[in-house]
Amino acid sequence: MSGFAYHEPATWSAAQDLLRAEPDAMVLAGGTAFTLLLRQGLIRPTTVISLRRVSGADGILADSHGGLWIGAMVTHTAVVRSPIVRASWPEFADAAARVATLRVRNQATIGGSVAHADPASDVPVMLAALDAQVIVRKPNAAPRVPIDEVLVDTFTTSLAPGELIESVQIAGRGPNTRAAYLKFTLRSVDDYATVSVAARAEVVDGTVRAPRIFLGAVGARPMRARSVEAALADGARSRDFADAAALVRSDVDPITDVRGSAEYKREMARVFTERALRALVS
Amino acid sequence: MSEQVIHFTVNGARQERRVATHRRLIDVLRDDLGLTGTKEGCSVGVCGACSVLVDGEVISSCLLPATYADGTSITTVEGLASDGELTPLQDAFITEGGFQCGICTPGQLITASALLAAHPRPSDEQIDEWMMSNLCRCTGYHGIRRAIHKAAAV
Repeated sequence: MSGFAYHEPATWSAAQDLLRAEPDAMVLAGGTAFTLLLRQGLIRPTTVISLRRVSGADGILADSHGGLWIGAMVTHTAVVRSPIVRASWPEFADAAARVATLRVRNQATIGGSVAHADPASDVPVMLAALDAQVIVRKPNAAPRVPIDEVLVDTFTTSLAPGELIESVQIAGRGPNTRAAYLKFTLRSVDDYATVSVAARAEVVDGTVRAPRIFLGAVGARPMRARSVEAALADGARSRDFADAAALVRSDVDPITDVRGSAEYKREMARVFTERALRALVS
Repeated sequence: MSEQVIHFTVNGARQERRVATHRRLIDVLRDDLGLTGTKEGCSVGVCGACSVLVDGEVISSCLLPATYADGTSITTVEGLASDGELTPLQDAFITEGGFQCGICTPGQLITASALLAAHPRPSDEQIDEWMMSNLCRCTGYHGIRRAIHKAAAV
């Protein structure tokens, strides 16, 4: 292991200029995953561009409809503590609070979590259920891309070389919008999930409509529970939840590892999907 | 280019160091500054033995690039006592049996210091929430919890 060229640009445009000059450079956010991968010899960067000094990258803003704009360099702790986030999407703050330990939450960032694209991470799963948009800085544009399109595979995003995650946006909620994030850990609460479920829906008088459900740690990316959503689409009540949740088994694609066998994870996906649906109407 | 000069404050003293860019904060603290109170346990951010305060927030110094210390103020376990006088928290860890082998103790003290700064009179739940990720494999946590309550009452 040896040193690498290192830059701390002060603006997004300076970061983009550096990336254009060094297309193979690695982009560094909070640095937790980076340090682990570096120590394990899994990455060997020659140039690193840190975003830690990019002006305005660590802000949290709300629009007049309760929509959130969260800068890429906002830490998980900043989300957990943010009165702005708590006022519009407290469920998102609760999901961020489930990440690892206090120490990691104090360092790891929302943008870094999306860019790292670890399918067992908590925040990307919740962002997917909340239909978040990722603002991607390209050389001459900054399009909004649905996070479901950004997260394409394990540790893999749709971003091309030279592109940066600037921020994520979550639209405001309606008066009947409900959301929940459930995380099941086998060993200790700071572990990665064996399975996690993020769910959002419109709930009126106990009837669920327009559900959007994603599961973490049971596939190469946040896995959308399309079969469950379809079964619930016409307006479902709690008596329908068990049958609908059972369909999640075909929506996920877990592997056997230290956090459980594939078959066990499928079963826990069913259990926690049903619990998430119940949480929406409770 | 593979080295950077960083300026930071450690336990109140200004420091300027040239560091290789792949090094971590714990490497600089222990190997360059001789502050060996900060222990390296798991090296993957789980055990909490390497906890230090960066601008008042507890982090794992095994996960922080050394370059990220530039411009910050850091407190290690050596920075808690002043003029040889232990803090009430350190005293309470001794009198309440908050440690046994001692390897986790610097990290426990750092996290407990941050807890008391945020919540001067923490509940059992707040103590558990903050201390759960600083692993102790000797004593269990009853002594640690008692020590924090005792320090909070001083």
